[in-house]
Formats: sequence, structure tokens, C-alpha cells
Amino acid sequence: MTSGIDGAAGVPPRTSMSDWQTLRNDLARQGYVATADLAMALHIAVVLGRPILLEGAAGVGKTEVARALAQARDTQLIRLQCYEGLDAAQAIYEWNYQRQLLAIRASAEDGQTGRSVEQRIFSEEFLLERPLLRAIRQRVAPVLLIDEIDRADEEFEAYLLEVLSDFQITVPELGTIRAVTRPIVVLTANGTRDLSDALRRRCIYAHVDYPDRETELAILHARLPQIEDAFARQIVGFVQALRKEELEKTPGVAEMLDFAAALAGLGVNDLTDDPLRLQATLATLLKTQADRGQVPTEVAQRLAGKAA
Amino acid sequence: MSRVTRFAARDPGPAARLAGFMDHLRSHGFRLGVAETETALRALDAVGAVQPDAVRRALKAVCSGCAEDAARFDDLFDSFWRNGGRVRQKVMPDRAGAPRHTRTSQTAEGKDSGSGGSPHAPEGGEGEAEAGGAGRLVASRVHNLMKTDLRKVVSAQDIHQAEAVARRLGEAIRDRRSRRRRAARKGAMIDLRRTLRASLATGGEPLRLARRTRPDRPVRIVALCDVSGSMAVYARPFLAFLAGLMRADGAADAYLFHTRLVRITEALRDDDPLRALNRITLLADGFGGGSRIGGALDDFARGQARRFVNGRTVVMILSDGYDSTTPEVIGGALARLKKRGCRVIWLNPLKGWTGYTPVAQAMAAALPHLDLFAAATTLADLAALDRELARI
Repeated sequence: MTSGIDGAAGVPPRTSMSDWQTLRNDLARQGYVATADLAMALHIAVVLGRPILLEGAAGVGKTEVARALAQARDTQLIRLQCYEGLDAAQAIYEWNYQRQLLAIRASAEDGQTGRSVEQRIFSEEFLLERPLLRAIRQRVAPVLLIDEIDRADEEFEAYLLEVLSDFQITVPELGTIRAVTRPIVVLTANGTRDLSDALRRRCIYAHVDYPDRETELAILHARLPQIEDAFARQIVGFVQALRKEELEKTPGVAEMLDFAAALAGLGVNDLTDDPLRLQATLATLLKTQADRGQVPTEVAQRLAGKAA
Repeated sequence: MSRVTRFAARDPGPAARLAGFMDHLRSHGFRLGVAETETALRALDAVGAVQPDAVRRALKAVCSGCAEDAARFDDLFDSFWRNGGRVRQKVMPDRAGAPRHTRTSQTAEGKDSGSGGSPHAPEGGEGEAEAGGAGRLVASRVHNLMKTDLRKVVSAQDIHQAEAVARRLGEAIRDRRSRRRRAARKGAMIDLRRTLRASLATGGEPLRLARRTRPDRPVRIVALCDVSGSMAVYARPFLAFLAGLMRADGAADAYLFHTRLVRITEALRDDDPLRALNRITLLADGFGGGSRIGGALDDFARGQARRFVNGRTVVMILSDGYDSTTPEVIGGALARLKKRGCRVIWLNPLKGWTGYTPVAQAMAAALPHLDLFAAATTLADLAALDRELARI
């Protein structure tokens, strides 16, 4: 692990070549099994102080990367969930208007007016920090997760680019706030719209795919160690086979974990034992009416039989 | 290690080789600037550049920008660095040749089309006949220009015109629902920030109320163009329209389909409009072949539509409705598409004919799902659609 990149971030510290594997192991200790490509991309992003863009289908564990990274580095995770219509007031800062109004009234009764009041109500005291501002004002560099950036509007994306290149935010009434430390920025996208080239170019890129059988097994083992090996293999095999079916919503890793937890909770030890219970627990994997229709008992049993 | 490419001794060193690699990637469609080369060098410095695999992963993370890039990267890496031990003669790109990113091909393509028929002629189009001799070519060109139908070869002017048309259509289709609010003179909501700022001048009493309102939102157009054999004569004007649309509207999306579906958005965004058309001609392998409208629409509804189509999208299908798949498929595909909340417009060149009735089974199956079914054979027709589009 590199010993923390701080705000200055001039020359990256020279590191030995297996550092990205150290990062991989650190993540594994937090219960996140990263592929070599992903671990390398994360490592480079951390060392070079660049944002990392994670792209992939919903449910492959993109958001989880940020959480694990924050835990591995023992730092805070600041999350900004993007949505259509997200604006500066929600992402950067906002004045606390109600308090400002009260303060103006109170000071008017005290006989204060004009300049002194203005200075008071536009001070830090009345500033509501939103995730972006909060992230650049931390003493210890946090992990800033900008989740589902493709849901935000293009205007916001452009603004974000500016923040990510300068790490400073200008509040007209207060002046420019510079980053105390440089946060590790993780952006996730699942292709609601195409991202701009400018954003893609600024970021280190990693494509996160559904894990292969062995990786998924490792994930299941890391998260739910109480499930015994043979049954875990069966669960993973079943979910992997299910992903190949024509479904509207392909079950992700989180769904697989829910499925395993549900089975364990019901005391099932073999998928082929109890078709009724299997069918009931499928609710954790299949989230639309049409998908439930696609996988009737016979299909589920066939998949379970093959997975064994 | 015999697989590793050997480099000529005269090249200036590792940095130059990396620059050469970046150029190699660029020539394969990666969008990389000078800054990326620097980032790549720093990344290599950070990982140590000792193990080939680590280097490959590091460069992959830096250089690729989307899923397609990432998928192609390994092959490109191997072809440059592990070229079976062959010697790479020139590591630096050749600067003597013409600069590539200038808009010179307009004139060059123009010359081409004057002498050797259309450079973009699809197989089976008029191209074959035209290639026969110069005399015939001239006649054919005159013939073409005399038609009122839009059967001209796509020219830069066409695209320019189409751009204006596309812009006009974009203006016409607007959606008034937006969650974001903007400062405005009139509006339903009060803009607290500005109101409070103004109230300072009046001793804290908010006398002047600033307002916010929901802004108009343009919708996003997704155009699917049929380029099967039966549509060949109309394909080119529609292609011009697509090219114009892509250039006028940064959010729009374009696809071609014949027997399969191809996304051409990226290709059409090329700086040079004619080179863009060239690129899609290459992409549209099978241009002018059979049609499988239902299958293509179904692929779209199951695939790309899930990412690109939402309630604020207008899906525009440019096709004559002569389909080789069963009509149920097309109905199902459109129903699935409609479930995403989008509006579906079908522009059929045949509808302009007098006495046309949508008897083709596919067309009949599609009709109940359409928000608008209109004729379009010329760019002017498309431009005239704006009033109808404003209504849906």
C-alpha cells in the first residue's frame, strides 16, 4: 500500500511492482474479490491521483469497490448519488436559508444592519456542505464515490470535470475553497447514456463484468463463510446458468448473495431437494413478472440439476 | 520471450516506443491525446514496467475509455508489443504523410464521385451499372438529379441540409417535464437563493421574489434506419438525415438494420461527414440485403433500448415495412419498446404513394403501437413533419 497521496500530489512516490497485488489483497480482506485488471486500474488511479471510472451492468459490484477501497485504506466514504436533475445545490453546497432569514431578523432587532449582517450570514456557519465540497475539505483523503454518473445531466458532468481537474470549488460569497487533501474519486456508470469523451479521457477506466465461476465462488465464500463448499458451488453454478437464460434483468452478485442467504436461512442444503423452496427463494434473483414466468419449476430444476 | 517485438536500433527509446504504441491505438480508433501518453508513462513508472502482464493491465486502464476499447485492447497490445519477434521498422508515426484530422476529404470524395461513380455505392445499387463506363455514368447522374425523389448520392450539401432539418425536428419535439428548475422571470416556485440575496437590500424583508421554473427539455431521438434491398433507393437520403441528426443533436442515437442491427452513432459523429458515411458503409455489412425488421427491432428492444431508451425518447423507425419475419415478432418488439415509455414514430416512404394501404403484414402488426405513422421520401417531407411531431 502506498503511504497516502495527499493534496500536493506532485511526483507519485516510486513503488515496487507488486503494489497492485497488495491492494488486491487488501480489498480481499474487506470481502471484495477484484479481478487483476480492476486491481491494477485502482492502483494506478490511486498512485496517479486520477479518478477511476467503473463501467458495467447493474449488480456487478461497482459501488462495492468504493466501499471496500475506503475500508482498506481506513478512510471515510463520501457518496454522491447522481440522478436526473441533480444540481449544484445538491452536489456542492447550499446556504441554509431558513437560518439566514432568522439571523437577519434577529440582528435587525439588535439594531445591526448592512455589512456586518451580510458578512455573518454568508459565513461557514450558514453553509451546508454537500458531498463534493465535503470531500475536498477532509483532513484525511476520503474515497469520493460518484454513483451512476450517467444518470446526471450533461451540464453536471461538465461541472464535475472542472472540480475533478482543479479540486477547488468557488463559493461567490466566500471565495475559492481549495482541496486540503485530494480524494480518491470513484465514478460508476451502467450505460444509461454515453458519457462524454472528455470525462472518459480524464479517468482511468475499468470495465467490471459479471464474475466468472471461481471469482463468484470466492465472493460467496468471503461473504457467507458458513455455507459449505459443495452447496456454494451449486448455488454459484445455478446463478451462472441462470444468467445465460433470456431474462429482462440478469441477477447480479448482490442478488446471488441474497439468494444464498435466503437458502441458508431456510435451512436448504441442496437445490434439487425441495423444488417448492427453491421456487420461493427465486424471488431474490428474478425481479420482474416476465422473468418469473421464464423460469418455472421445471426450468429451475433443470438448471439446479446441471449445477450440482 | 521470442514473441516480443524487436525494435529497430535507431529509434529513440522506451518513451518513443510508447508514443508509437499510442499512435497504434489511435489508428485503431482509440481516442487518445498527448496527455494520455504522459499518463501512460507515469502509470508505467508507478507499476515498474517489469512484468508484461502488469504493463498490459496498466496501459489498458489508462488507454481504454469504454467497454469496446477494453475488449479490443489485449489484441492490439499483442500486435504491437508481441509481434512474433518481428522487427518493427519505424516506431514513430510517419509525419511526411498528409495530416489525418483535417477536413480535406470533402473535396477528395467529390472528385471521386465525379470520376468513378459513388464512393459509397452499396452493393447491388446503381453502382454496378454506373461502373461500366464514363458515358453512362454522366447520363445516370443527370437522370438522378432530375428525380424529385431523394435518390441523389449523399453529398456534403445534403448532410448540411439534413442537419438543419434534424435541428428543426429536435426543436419541434420537446418534453415539458423536467425535475430541475432554473431561475426565470416567471415560475411556480420561489428561488430562495436569489430572493434572500435581494432581501438584504431591503433590510431582510423579502420584497422581491425571484422565481424558478421547470425548463423545457428536448427529447432524445433514436433513429433506426432500414437499409435492406427494398429500401436501397431511399436508404441514402435517410442516411443523410441520420448523419445530419448526429451532427445537430449530441444526444441522438442512430442504428442501421437489414438482417441485423448495427449501432452507427459513433461512426456518424466523425468530424468529416463524408468519412462518417464511409465508415458506416463499412459497418453495414450486408447493406441492401434481406430485411428482418422484426428481429432487428426485437434485438434493439432487448439490447440497446434498455440502456438508451427511456420516457424522454422518441424512437424513429425509417422503413417500408416489408419484413421476412413473422408479424408477431414485430408487434412484440414494438410492445416491448413501448413499455419503456418512449414514443414510436414510423416513417414509411411508401405511404406517400397514392392509394397506399399498410397491407404488408408487418406494417399492419406495427400500427397499433405507433404514435405517428407518416410518409417520408424527401428531406422536405422530413422537415414538414415538425408540426405533427409537436403534437405527439
